[in-house]
Amino acid sequence: MVLPKATAINLFNPFTEEHEMFRKSVRAFVEKEIRPHVDEWEEAEIAPLHELFKKMGELGFLGLNYPEKYGGAEADIWFTVVFAEELARAGAAGIPMATLVHTDMATPALARHGSEELKERYLMPAIRGEMVSAIAVTEPDAGSDVARIKTRAERDGDDYIINGSKLYITNGTQADWLCLLARTSPGDDYQGMSLIIVPTDTPGFTISKKLKKLGNHSSDTAFLTFEDVRVPVSNRIGEEGFGFYYQMEQFQVERLVGALGGVAGAELVVRDTIAYCQERHAFNKPLIASQWIQFKLAELLTEIEATRQLNYLCAAKIEAGEDNMEVTRIASMCKLKAGRLMREVADTCLQFYGGMGYMEETPISRYFRDARLTSIGGGADEVMLGIIAKLENMNPR
Amino acid sequence: MSIIVFTRSTPDTAAKVEVDGSGNVTWGDAATVVNPWDEYALEEGIVQAKNGGGKASVIAIGGEMHNDALKHSLAMGLDQAIRVEDDALDASDALAYATAASAAVKKVDDAKLVIFGKESIDVGTDQHAYMTARKLGWTMLSYVSQIIEVDYEAGTIKVEKMYEQGKQVVTSQLPAVITVMKEINEPRYPSFIGIRKASKAQIPVWSLADLGISAPTAKTQTLAFNNLPAREVKTEMIEGEPEEQARILVDKLLEEKVL
Ligand SMILES: Cc1cc2nc3c(=O)[nH]c(=O)nc-3n(C[C@H](O)[C@H](O)[C@H](O)COP(=O)(O)OP(=O)(O)OC[C@H]3O[C@@H](n4cnc5c(N)ncnc54)[C@H](O)[C@@H]3O)c2cc1C
Repeated sequence: MVLPKATAINLFNPFTEEHEMFRKSVRAFVEKEIRPHVDEWEEAEIAPLHELFKKMGELGFLGLNYPEKYGGAEADIWFTVVFAEELARAGAAGIPMATLVHTDMATPALARHGSEELKERYLMPAIRGEMVSAIAVTEPDAGSDVARIKTRAERDGDDYIINGSKLYITNGTQADWLCLLARTSPGDDYQGMSLIIVPTDTPGFTISKKLKKLGNHSSDTAFLTFEDVRVPVSNRIGEEGFGFYYQMEQFQVERLVGALGGVAGAELVVRDTIAYCQERHAFNKPLIASQWIQFKLAELLTEIEATRQLNYLCAAKIEAGEDNMEVTRIASMCKLKAGRLMREVADTCLQFYGGMGYMEETPISRYFRDARLTSIGGGADEVMLGIIAKLENMNPR
Repeated sequence: MSIIVFTRSTPDTAAKVEVDGSGNVTWGDAATVVNPWDEYALEEGIVQAKNGGGKASVIAIGGEMHNDALKHSLAMGLDQAIRVEDDALDASDALAYATAASAAVKKVDDAKLVIFGKESIDVGTDQHAYMTARKLGWTMLSYVSQIIEVDYEAGTIKVEKMYEQGKQVVTSQLPAVITVMKEINEPRYPSFIGIRKASKAQIPVWSLADLGISAPTAKTQTLAFNNLPAREVKTEMIEGEPEEQARILVDKLLEEKVL
């Protein structure tokens, strides 16, 4: 077993006054700039990300992890924690997802391994909120098994010529550029893949379909096709053939922010349910007087607290610069726990709302639809279990 | 040229404020916020200082809890924050407040405009703004919904004031004290950089001696704080056919003088 290293972070309360001020600011922003529009965006099945990101960019929300040199805040991980937790108050999971895809899923590899020129052209405008980004990994025949991707980027002089397709791409109908995982050499293993920045105004790129989903309606999801899409070789992030590894690295923070937002959202739902059960009467007493209901909700709050602490441990490990594999191990646990917990919270709380919970207009019904995603997107629960088993050396002897 | 905005921390509007067993006002462990009306004053302070090429300062009078409001102000983008505190000062008295406030304004270099929010949400008063203007001998412009023009050379300010009955445009002399309405602007959110700067800032505390005044005598005296009496709610179900129910309901409403 890997024992956690002692870190200088106070796990009892990792947040300073500065983090709390930031929390207030993000909370006010979500309250005034997002919440009032969420119903409309859910209905439209898209949110105006250019407009929204511009506002967030001006406030420095979109580059918390990134160097000041590129317009980032160079802040510690706890600001990202606060950001993910506060976005969960948006009232629909689509908005936090769209935002966190941009800040913590499509841009980390570029920031870490991209050339100066590439960072100037794509990372800086993303941090300013002038460009919307997306991460394009999944394909019709390759989701969990990333090594099976078929999209190819073939070398032609100083260019790559890209052919293939990508499925379920968040922000895909409005992104200005994609961080694309493609094969740059033949074969079908982990080697031979590269991450390439593809501007979406390149000829040959098509948004084949805007996809309809069970939930997360306010986030647009697309099926994208590439037909002889030509981009310069200099658009490649880092080394050729390292794409898979960069992507695995990029998945770490993605999984953590997903788990953080998931837990924060779940807590709001449970607390709303408690309030509802205090108001709603059956058999001459409030629902909350039923010990069954009390205990179920108490159990959920316990799970939420435990998962939050696991998330914080992961954040502390990232901040302490711990070994990549160790961070991956804990981040995978966070994502697994959060995904399962959200499903349980959604199901249990909707039950206690009764018929009201089944009505479209109640927030819990939206949550019920939205919460299902975390156990699938960004690596399914079983994929997390696979990673954990592997890192714990559970090989057959 | 300097613009001065006054602010204070107040309990969060969502907090449950009550009087505890020992007669003190509490709001549990709920956070304090910038007096919501002051956000418009702070925003206007930033804008006017920028337009006039001057500096925007923010002042709070009272104990350490007001540092929260001052830090929020710095995070929004005000240039400097000052807190006035003195054991001898009863800042809950409007006149004592105004005496300290006017002395503080005089201590800031080249102050031309003082901005207050419409009122303080906790104590529900705006007297201190008028009293500050009077103490300074400056023009008082209340309920300002727009600053149309400021001419520092000519020493004039043109504003739109809002009343229940309508609007009024006034041109007046500088220096001036104004109270602003929420229609005046859209307050900004503190940015990450602003927050970082604010959290590092050391906020100077001025005593009455620093202001060169002696403790003003409070004209009001707080005898006790009391909770509002619990409101009695009576529920009465009206029986009968719909027409009958409607008739009884209308009678009752007439009886209660609601209709
Ligand atoms: C709303 C939404 C947004 C998304 N956004 C993006 C995006 O922006 N970019 C992007 O690249 N992708 C995105 N995805 C894709 C997502 O990452 C994949 O759906 C996910 O990785 C699972 O892949 P798959 O759908 O191909 O499922 P499959 O690989 O077909 O797996 C199906 C199921 O099989 C089970 N399973 C898989 N592997 C194993 C195993 N080893 N052992 C046991 N059981 C297993 C799991 O239960 C899994 O759910 C998004 C998906 C959704 C639904």
